[in-house]
Amino acid sequence: MYLGRVVGTVVASVVAEGLAGHKLLLVQPLDEKKAPRGGVEVAVDTVRAGPRDLVFLVGSREAALALDPSFVPVDAAIVGFVDEVLA
Amino acid sequence: MTLCRVLGPVIATVKHEAFRGLKLLVVQPVDETGNAAGDSFIAVDRMSGAGEGDTVLVLREGTGIRQLFGVAPTGKLPIRSCVVGVVDQVSSQGASP
Repeated sequence: MYLGRVVGTVVASVVAEGLAGHKLLLVQPLDEKKAPRGGVEVAVDTVRAGPRDLVFLVGSREAALALDPSFVPVDAAIVGFVDEVLA
Repeated sequence: MTLCRVLGPVIATVKHEAFRGLKLLVVQPVDETGNAAGDSFIAVDRMSGAGEGDTVLVLREGTGIRQLFGVAPTGKLPIRSCVVGVVDQVSSQGASP
């Protein structure tokens, strides 16, 4: 799991089966100091996050397990808002 | 499993229901001598009570974590990294022949 900042939204009208109806957000992964790390990625949202929110995400197969139903072709999901990182 | 040093807690009030009641830590992977090795990430901690500076053992594999949480292997638990131990000591003899 990792930190990220929501930097935008993604609208896709033609998507794979199972992906329809899920909100897609553009996320910049961050390190523990909230500095950008790596490139921007697209994540599915489960907590009603929006641009500029500091969030945490889960990647890989477990991203799909955040959704219902969970056989969804995603590899990153926003699973919480971060209030503070004390590192 | 990965040796990691705890950098500190992540405070997150609003989160996916699977994370309810779970503590989150930012951890830094380290090698056997304690030097940083790779990128920091977030792990859940439900048992160790580890804090900043502690060395912990982190499982980064979802199926094993679902087993640990008593969820079916195909169950719904969107968690990929979990503290499974607090390390007291690491001794390394280096690469043996």
